Amino acid sequence: MSLRRRRQLVPWLLIGPGLLWLAVFFAIPLANQLYVSLQTGDPETGYQFTWAFGTYTDAIADYQEQFLRSIGYAATATILCLVIGFPLAYYTAFKARPWMRNLILLLVILPFFVSSVLRTVSWQLILFDDGWIVARFRDLGLLGDDGRLLATRTAVIAGITYNFLPFMILPLYVSLERIDRRLVEAATDLYASRASAFRHVTLPLALPGIFAGSLLTFIPACGDFINAALLGTPRQSMIGNVIQSKFLFVQDYPTAAALSFILMTFILVGVALYARLLGTKTLTDSAV
Amino acid sequence: MPEVESDVRLEGVTKRFGDHVAVDALDLEIERGAFFAMLGPSGCGKTTTLRMIGGFEEPTSGRVHLGGEDVTDRPPFRRDVNTVFQSYALFPHLTVEKNIAFGLERQKLGKAEVKQRVAEALDMVQLGSFGARRPSELSGGQQQRVALARALVNRPRALLLDEPLGALDLRLRKELQLELKRLQRELGITFVHVTHDQEEAMSMADTIAVMREGRIDQAGSATDLYETPRTEFVASFLGISNFVDGRVIGADGDVASVETHDGAQLRLPAARLDAHGDVRIGVRPEKVQLAEPGGDVPSGWNVLRGQVIVAAFLGVSIQYLIRAAGGEELTVIAPNRDGTAPDVFTVGRDVLLTWNPDFTFVVEKEAPT
Ligand SMILES: Nc1ncnc2c1ncn2[C@@H]1O[C@H](COP(=O)(O)OP(=O)(O)O)[C@@H](O)[C@H]1O
Ligand SMILES: [Mg+2]
Repeated sequence: MSLRRRRQLVPWLLIGPGLLWLAVFFAIPLANQLYVSLQTGDPETGYQFTWAFGTYTDAIADYQEQFLRSIGYAATATILCLVIGFPLAYYTAFKARPWMRNLILLLVILPFFVSSVLRTVSWQLILFDDGWIVARFRDLGLLGDDGRLLATRTAVIAGITYNFLPFMILPLYVSLERIDRRLVEAATDLYASRASAFRHVTLPLALPGIFAGSLLTFIPACGDFINAALLGTPRQSMIGNVIQSKFLFVQDYPTAAALSFILMTFILVGVALYARLLGTKTLTDSAV
Repeated sequence: MPEVESDVRLEGVTKRFGDHVAVDALDLEIERGAFFAMLGPSGCGKTTTLRMIGGFEEPTSGRVHLGGEDVTDRPPFRRDVNTVFQSYALFPHLTVEKNIAFGLERQKLGKAEVKQRVAEALDMVQLGSFGARRPSELSGGQQQRVALARALVNRPRALLLDEPLGALDLRLRKELQLELKRLQRELGITFVHVTHDQEEAMSMADTIAVMREGRIDQAGSATDLYETPRTEFVASFLGISNFVDGRVIGADGDVASVETHDGAQLRLPAARLDAHGDVRIGVRPEKVQLAEPGGDVPSGWNVLRGQVIVAAFLGVSIQYLIRAAGGEELTVIAPNRDGTAPDVFTVGRDVLLTWNPDFTFVVEKEAPT
């Protein structure tokens, strides 16, 4: 084989396994689900493909509330993750001594060693009506005498925030850690106060991390059902809960598939707008 | 000369990192509009000194003054000096134009003025058409120019340059040396230039401070430092030197005499002697002329006897290594004026080393380390 031919082959060899994986485990199921979403019928008699676009409009009409709730919860949790995660990532990247840095990073990924269902179940116990936390909240007047934490919106959002926080912190840390501290010195040399240097140098250079962290938090949070199921009630149910029950309990596959596609479309559009907002040029350039 | 006013003044400035003294009770005065170089080997405290002037490092003790004001406790953004960092530290997310405008925008200058001054600065460093590029799209030399423009556009009281040419290849370095010198002349801004390259310091600076272990060994013009170094370190750091030990035996008017341990008598300007007893004197290799034993020696010149050990033809000159009668190995550089190979003073020949007493200097003896 000539050298040129081999050179041409190399890229395909490199992306080949990934492409194959995506084709088998992503593209084919996706096409299949698209096919399912356009079927009609019922669990007893089976489903036939009928180009049933009506399922989509019905799904939006029937589950608009859950959609909006999912987006609201996911967005709130993402913002909370950013607000909690950024200072921690900043401290870890810039101020912490090496041993402290390793300790923090270890603590951040430590929850991954336990299943998220198990961790969320233990939050049930922590937020339990007769538990210590609720009692203290009542003592402090933060909750009324019959106020609860479990089975509230607050509990669900807090659960999502807790579960996805590492996905925010890690990309933030990576992008901050790569920033050359001398750039901040250069900014203060050029008449920028500490706050101004942060705003004009550190923050723009951290944007790729903010972007990646937000997506890694927001996208799975939108489709999450564990937190709403374990920490909430049907009044907090999110679109993930609907999809899950349609698939597993009601066996209304077309509606479940249609809901998934609506969610996916919404997320893709949302991501594109978000990237636009942050400025793709800044993102790709400062990532160099 | 215009009014001589000190622009940058350090007063007993010390910087410790743990037990390590990086800068040791440094006193320094740089007058307005000077091109001042801090020269010394790596680790002698040049960067630390510069960083204390810029405000990035806080002195352990001592005061820093800029233009007569004590700025020791002020952060960098409240000091009207700007720095050209060794790594350039250009903002990767901003265009060249935005990099240069950074300082002006932070000082809240009007849009029109910022625009005009940025354009002028770009022209000044001959990068007029590069304003829209990102730093990553520029060569090392161009990045260096952007760093220079980004600092100078603010018209600082003083420009601090930390080995600004260190990362560039030799040809570009020479080119930028000239450019820096030209800019400094035109702008009249005080330049404080840190380098470990003696040639760079000598070719650019009005005043050079030679630093060693956190202290200034000697400061003066390139000529002062080269012709009359006062320490062995300065003499060796700026070129090659020959040293001979001796004992002061007396003075006759302006001329003092020193007797070497093997009995030769050497003369030197009496003003350069501030010690009695044992001294170490020196002479630069190109000041020494070789003569044949018994040959003519100008009257009053110093004479040492020796034997040629090595004669190396370097093209522009011939470099000899000669063992003097007293045992010292001395270097002599003879200009290649007549285009012949060194056939007169061949290896093994006895020769006389002669030089004008005016070229003799006295150095502090090094404490043996
Ligand atoms: N931040 C620091 N922490 C500890 N030691 C330092 C620090 N900065 C400089 N030093 C030490 O101080 C001495 C002087 O350093 P520096 O000013 O960078 O020297 P130069 O610029 O002349 O090469 C060196 O021995 C260096 O190791
Ligand atoms: Mg240095």
